[in-house]
Amino acid sequence: MNQEPLLVVEGVSKAFGGVLALSAVDLKVYPGDILGIIGPNGSGKTTLVNSITGFIQVDRGKILFKGRDITNMKPHKIADMGLTRTFQVMRPYYSLPAFKNLIVPLFSPRARRTGGWRGGGKMGSRDTVAVDILEEIGFERDSYIPYKTASALPTGYLKRLELARCLALRPEIIICDEVLSGLSMSEMASMVPLMEKLQMEGITLVMVEHRLRELFRIANKVVVLNFGCKIAEGSSDEVMESKEVKEAYFGSEEEVFSYV
Amino acid sequence: MSEPAKDRRKERLDRGIKVRTDGIYAISHWTEIAYLLTPRLLFIVGLLLAPVILIPFPYWQRVLSIVCIFALLAISFDFLANYVGLVSLGGALYMGVGGYSAALLNSHFGLPPLVTVPVSTVLGGAICTVLLLPCLPLRGVYFAIVSLMFPLLAGRIIEALDVFGGTDGIMGVDGFSSGWVEQYVLICSVLAAVFILRRMVSEDVGLVFTGVKDNDQAVKASGINITTYKAFGVFISSMLGCLGGACLAHIYMWAGISQFALDFSIIPIAATVVGGGGTLIGSVIGCIILVPISEFLRDFGTLRIAVYAIILTAFIVFKSEGIMMYGTRKYEQFERWVRI
Ligand SMILES: Nc1ncnc2c1ncn2[C@@H]1O[C@H](COP(=O)(O)OP(=O)(O)O)[C@@H](O)[C@H]1O
Ligand SMILES: [Mg+2]
Repeated sequence: MNQEPLLVVEGVSKAFGGVLALSAVDLKVYPGDILGIIGPNGSGKTTLVNSITGFIQVDRGKILFKGRDITNMKPHKIADMGLTRTFQVMRPYYSLPAFKNLIVPLFSPRARRTGGWRGGGKMGSRDTVAVDILEEIGFERDSYIPYKTASALPTGYLKRLELARCLALRPEIIICDEVLSGLSMSEMASMVPLMEKLQMEGITLVMVEHRLRELFRIANKVVVLNFGCKIAEGSSDEVMESKEVKEAYFGSEEEVFSYV
Repeated sequence: MSEPAKDRRKERLDRGIKVRTDGIYAISHWTEIAYLLTPRLLFIVGLLLAPVILIPFPYWQRVLSIVCIFALLAISFDFLANYVGLVSLGGALYMGVGGYSAALLNSHFGLPPLVTVPVSTVLGGAICTVLLLPCLPLRGVYFAIVSLMFPLLAGRIIEALDVFGGTDGIMGVDGFSSGWVEQYVLICSVLAAVFILRRMVSEDVGLVFTGVKDNDQAVKASGINITTYKAFGVFISSMLGCLGGACLAHIYMWAGISQFALDFSIIPIAATVVGGGGTLIGSVIGCIILVPISEFLRDFGTLRIAVYAIILTAFIVFKSEGIMMYGTRKYEQFERWVRI
């Protein structure tokens, strides 16, 4: 690829007390990628997402987005540039109806500048755009679900709502922290085409995942973390074949297939 | 409430006017419009007529003004706590800053009350916001404690440095030109505050406030600076308090350290609990109940606080939802016993 990378992570390290959650992680994300980041529990995936999006301060290293240094910048400034994220622990505004949850991002400076998702905010009211986004992301428009209070929504919809919140900003990158985990098989089956559709729309995706089968299907590159270190990188097949990955991530060779 | 028997239960039915979400009504008939408007009109007309009704009782007219001042503080507390998510005990700070601003503007620059009140509202709001700005990242009880330190400190500083009249305060402040002006300035301010804020919290800006309260991380992740919104919330809320403080200075024709008294931080919270938090009107109703009670109890001296505590405890234990919520529920729903 001779394109400029959209997001560059260079030697990022982060320690919590004595725990080295990230040690010198490098990463490059190119426009149009679906990059997968996998790793066992506690391997530092969420910490990496938090570091990139400014939710925690890194100890060392550099993060560039569209060539601009965003290391340790305030989260809202990073989001304002078009680098958005979902939360592994879902965080809707519980007291608001689902569609009203999207008014907050649609009211943000970035959405007002760009018109939000597909520039819709420049034409219609925010409420309409909010319901449009929800429909796009799999809420049945004519049902009561978009109008239901967020606290009453099942997990699958909350995960979608997380994604919808990112989309409302008209982002360039969405970093998804485990959007597929915790979903039922059928819910997941509908998420995968959705991710592919977003890629077609020109949104670059970074997918931090536990679920390997679905991720390997859609990711064009996979990075493997273990104990805060990057231990492998490459296409899904290459990563699956790599010996370090089998040992570190899966424990033993046989188990690979029970995961995948 | 009657004994809940085993073979029956209480059934609640909506009166069938409210459809879909709050604030969207399908109205077809004048009876329904009347049904919706009556409580609002009762509240507005009641407040507007109160000074006239109280003509034979000049003392209670003054109490009405004090009720309104506490109502402004209570609205300010309710808005900040239940819509922005900042629990502020800074009521006394707002009162003091508003009061001293009005007194200084009046005695030093000779501005009349009808100018000093709006000017100290905005100016005082700005001063309080700047003071509280460093505390905005604090949450919950930490913000509450720090906001309580400010009025305590302010009083001591004025005393120690002997500025602004020191312990004597600023005397010779002009009163309002008449009792009517005093009461209607306050009543209109309370009504405007309630209805403007109720409108604002359901607008898109208001949803951002709700977002900050429910989950500030997601608001940050949406590219919104939460400090800006918190500061904006504090500004609105401290403006209301300063408005009350400025009026109080003109009513007593004096501004002094006692305007930083803790009563101004505590009573509005009690009123919000009694009236029902998160409704804005509830906190006004709470003041209409509590402030006159406190006047009745004046003869008991410090025992007043004990009676207050008992009332408050009773409310928290028996009607923790507050009068407003309880009333709304009774008004909007039928209740009946059904056999199971
Ligand atoms: N805020 C924190 N304070 C202390 N330790 C943390 C914090 N966040 C993460 N950690 C530690 O950092 C390591 C990586 O965690 P995390 O990034 O959440 O892993 P993953 O998302 O891959 O499961 C874990 O050992 C975790 O205990
Ligand atoms: Mg994680």
